[in-house]
Order: sequence, then C-alpha cells, then structure tokens
Amino acid sequence: MPPAAAPNDLPLGIDVAGVNVTYANGHLALRDATFALAGGTICALVGVNGSGKSTLFKAIMGIVVPAAGRVRIAGLPVAQALKRNLVAYVPQSEEVDWSFPVSVWDVVLMGRYGHMGFLRIPRAEDRRIAEESLARVGMLEFRERQIGELSGGQRKRVFLARALAQRARVILLDEPFTGVDVNTELAIIALLRELRAEGHIMLVSTHNLGSVPEFCDQVVLINRTVLACGPTAEVFTEENLLRAFGGVLRHFRFDESTVQNHDGRAVTLLTDDERPLVFGKGGHVEYRERAGREDVVKKRAEGEGDV
Amino acid sequence: MNRLLEPFQFPFMTDAMIVGAAVGAVCAVLSCYLVLKGWSLMGDAISHAVLPGIVVAYAIGLPLAVGAFASGLLCAVLTGFIKANSRVKEDTVMGVVFTGLFAFGLVLFTKVRSDLHLDHILFGNILGLEPGDLRNTVVVAGAVLAVVLALRRDLLLFCFDPTHARTVGLKNGILYYLLLTLLAVTIVVSLKAVGIILVIAMLVTPGCIGYLLSDRFSVMLAIAVASAVGSSLGGVYVSFFLNASTGACIVLLQAGVFLAALIGAPKHGLLAARRRTSGPRSETAPATTEV
Ligand SMILES: Nc1ncnc2c1ncn2[C@@H]1O[C@H](COP(=O)(O)OP(=O)(O)OP(=O)(O)O)[C@@H](O)[C@H]1O
Ligand SMILES: [Mg+2]
Repeated sequence: MPPAAAPNDLPLGIDVAGVNVTYANGHLALRDATFALAGGTICALVGVNGSGKSTLFKAIMGIVVPAAGRVRIAGLPVAQALKRNLVAYVPQSEEVDWSFPVSVWDVVLMGRYGHMGFLRIPRAEDRRIAEESLARVGMLEFRERQIGELSGGQRKRVFLARALAQRARVILLDEPFTGVDVNTELAIIALLRELRAEGHIMLVSTHNLGSVPEFCDQVVLINRTVLACGPTAEVFTEENLLRAFGGVLRHFRFDESTVQNHDGRAVTLLTDDERPLVFGKGGHVEYRERAGREDVVKKRAEGEGDV
Repeated sequence: MNRLLEPFQFPFMTDAMIVGAAVGAVCAVLSCYLVLKGWSLMGDAISHAVLPGIVVAYAIGLPLAVGAFASGLLCAVLTGFIKANSRVKEDTVMGVVFTGLFAFGLVLFTKVRSDLHLDHILFGNILGLEPGDLRNTVVVAGAVLAVVLALRRDLLLFCFDPTHARTVGLKNGILYYLLLTLLAVTIVVSLKAVGIILVIAMLVTPGCIGYLLSDRFSVMLAIAVASAVGSSLGGVYVSFFLNASTGACIVLLQAGVFLAALIGAPKHGLLAARRRTSGPRSETAPATTEV
C-alpha cells in the first residue's frame, strides 16, 4: 500500500515552535514548547500526568489555540493541514461514549468524511478503503458490532482503522496501550512500524516506558514544556527521565532489592506504570527492599552456594 | 362504530392531527441528537426562555414566533457566555438563566394588557388552530427536517467525536450554533401543539425510545419518528373522547411507549438485563436449588 492519494507533495513534518497554551481558568499548561519531527518516525510523547501531553495534541489539531508560538504541519498552518486530511487522532478510551448507537463500520466510515461530498454519502472508493483499513487491523469480521460490544484491544484497533481510512499522514495516538494485552500491543506496534516505513509520522503518548525503546525511534519528553527531544538513544536516558518525572517514577534499584550477589554495578528499573514484576537469577520473585526480607536473602544466599 | 369515527368529521380534529404529526416528527428527529449529546436540559431551558419573547413581541406588534425564537436563542447564547467567563458549571448556569427568563416573562405577562391566554402558551392549544397555522407549521417543520436530514451525518459525528470531526475538517462551531438554532425553531413551532411546559417531553422521549430499542442511529431515528407521530395522532384522537388537554394526552402516550420500551426492549430493557444476570447463575446452580 503506498501512503495513499497523498493530498499534496509537500515534505511531511510537524514543526512546533515556542507554543504557549493557557486554559480558560488561567492555567498555563504548556510554555515555550518547541520540537520538530520529519516523516517516517514513531515518536513517543512521555511525561507525568498533567504534563501537557493531551494539551500538545490539542494544539496540533487546533482545538486549543496557542497564546504564543505556532504549529505547522507539512509547512501548512493547522487549519489548512486539517482541510487536507493530514492529521488523524486516535482518542484515549475514556474520551469515547461506548454506548453510542454506531457500529464498527460506521466509525471507520467516519474516517472518510473529509474525502466525501457535502452529504457524506460514501462512494465505492470510500467503502473499499474502509474495508481495507478494517482488514488491516484484523477487525473486518466485527464490522456490524456496536462499538460498546468490543474488548478494550478491539476498540483501540477500530479507532486505528478509522485513522487508516482517513489516509492521514500524521497520526496522534493518546495512550494506545492502556487496557490492552501484550498480543494486541504487539499487533499495534507492528502496524505502526509499517506506517513508519510508508513515511507517516506517529506521535504516541504513553506511560509504558519499557516499550518506548522497543518501537519508538524518537522521544519527546514533556513536563509543561518540552524538556528534550530527539533520537531515543540520546534522549531516553536515566538522567532525562528522572528530570521529566521529578522523582515520581517507580524506582527499582537492584542493590537494595533481594537480588543476590551485587558487584557494585547496580541495575536500575524505572517505571511510570504499574509495579514491575521482577524475577531474579533463580527464577524467583524479587522484592524492592532488602529491609524486612533478611530471611529471604539469607535463604537464597544459601541456595546460591549450591550452584 | 360511528362514534369511533366521529373525530374525523371535524376539520379542527384533522388539522390538529396533521400539525401534531408534523411537530412530532421534527421533534423526534432532533430528540435523537439531544439525547446523544446530553442536551436535554438545553431543550428545557430554551423552551422556558421563549415566554418573555412572546410577550414582548405581542407588545410591539411583531409575530409571536419571532419573539419566541429570539429569546430562546438569547438564553442559549447567554448560558454559553456565562459558562465561558465564570467558574459555574453549564447546567447550573442554564438553570439560573432559563428560570430567570421564564419568571421575567410571567411578570411581563401580567403587566402587558393582552388577549393572549397564558394557559395556551404554557400547555398548547392544538384544537384551536388559527388560519395559516397548519400551513406554517408544516412548512417550517419540513424545512427543519430537510436541514437535519441533509446534515445528519455531520451532526452525528459532531455529537459522537468532536475532536475527530475537527480533524476531518468539519466546523464544530457552526454545527453547534446550527443545532441550537434548529432546536429553537423546533420549539417555537411546537408551542401551538404542546406548549412551553410539555415541549421538552417531545424533545427527549422519542429519542430515548429509539435509543433503548436500537444500536443503529438510522433505526433509532426511524423508531423515534414512528413513536412520536403515532403518539401525536393517538393523543389528539384520545383527547377528543377524554375531553382532556391534547398536549398532555400526546405526552402521556409517549411516556407510555417509553415505559414499555424501558421494560421490554429486547436488548437494553430491564427484563433483558434481568434475564442476562440471572441466566448464567441458573446454569451453574444445581437444578435442585431452584424453587
Ligand atoms: N480544559 C481544561 N481547562 C483547564 N485546565 C486544563 C484543561 N485540560 C487540561 N488542563 C490542565 O492542563 C494540564 C495538562 O493537562 P493534559 O491533559 O494535557 O495532561 P496529560 O499530560 O495529557 O496528562 P495525562 O497523562 O493524565 O493524560 C493539567 O494540569 C490539567 O489540569
Ligand atoms: Mg492525557
């Protein structure tokens, strides 16, 4: 699949420059946010709750108007980029009314509205693309289901299919992995990689720090401003993450844990999500603190003696 | 037998049925959007707020419908303005604004000498249509219906997912004011039939019935229209024999249909919900414990 009847040949990119966003209640949610992305990337958007991830998405879609600075997509102002169907948004699950009387098929066809005429009557071409998009996320057989009758992972895939049907070049995904099992997560990641190969830009907000280096080639770290942005290897460092999260990350240092035989080179595990489950060398569960687990440490130390 | 056909001999009865059906249909279509958007209170607010407009229009010699429309819309715009500029929540603001305007209308009414009947304004007077009412109602209702049906997919997306609507290039601001305007117009044409107090029932109940009975918007729309038109025809007919307020009869019939749907809807009804929760339990429970 080529990246579709691309509505223009401008080189794809997002350029956010010095953006300030103030909400009506006076809250300055973003200050001087600046970063740029070029086509063919999966970029993670990482930050604590309330750091302004959703706000940044809203600014890119023009739903909030920056008090200062500007956003350009493929060199165009937001309104024009939207007219050309350049931007798609995959919402957080909590934002969707799942009891709404629409079917999977209806939702995916909504992705085509920008390509349809005034009355939004789907043509054969629209149906074909919608069908193809549903098939691509493996949801074709569910097309007649009401959207509330799907599992969490299936719901995510339907909205991804809508973004595909829209043939947008920039896809914004707000926490696509919450409430999704590993298989679906892998399927979504595989799809995002295909889209990257086709030259799209995916901006993915996530609290799933562990999977960021696995599928994101770039990272934007955000805490009411853009703290750092660039290739994952450079930006996604322990130091930067601690700066972005200001100590609220779950911190799992192995020299304090029940893991055996420290040699001074400590391993650190950071997580913004649920508590990680860590298995030690012997395959048994490790605990975060040594204190209070002296008996466990002692018993395992004896066990290691046998090996 | 003749007694049952008697109502159809009177022109005022057949006219009332036509007006009732037209008003029922247009209210039903809008009610589907109102229910899904969570705008029931907005409907109630606009309908109450038309009262001062009617009195003022009478006093200065404008068509009553124009005054009603203007003050209904004023209520909606005022609510939006106060909400945007204060910390008070929208439903609270609306409660203050529409009751305030309604009370203002009541006071004005006693101060302006008129031959208007307050109870006709509050509860409708569909059996006392004036010449031209029939034609006006049908034309306006038809126009609103045409606009809503032409834009039904845009309006649905606007209710379902305004963010996505924006990314595909819909103008949410225009759709918002369009829906408000259509609502105000619909309320004004419905006043003759059911009056200020009961029009909210016409604007909510049919949509609820459709929502309970279907998971598809187009089916929901069809059910809403059918139940509303049926209730209007039935209500006018029944009121002839009961000698009761026609508007009230229409609304009462709708409420009856709603109750039936609430209890008996095949998938979303109370009985279906009970079947679902008790189903698996009786499967796992040993047969002997069932008494
Ligand atoms: N409509 C609004 N009005 C006022 N303040 C808002 C509004 N929306 C968000 N905020 C504030 O702006 C800040 C950023 O919010 P935002 O939703 O962008 O955070 P986020 O990074 O998406 O958080 P999360 O990880 O919880 O989704 C928060 O402090 C929030 O309280
Ligand atoms: Mg968010």
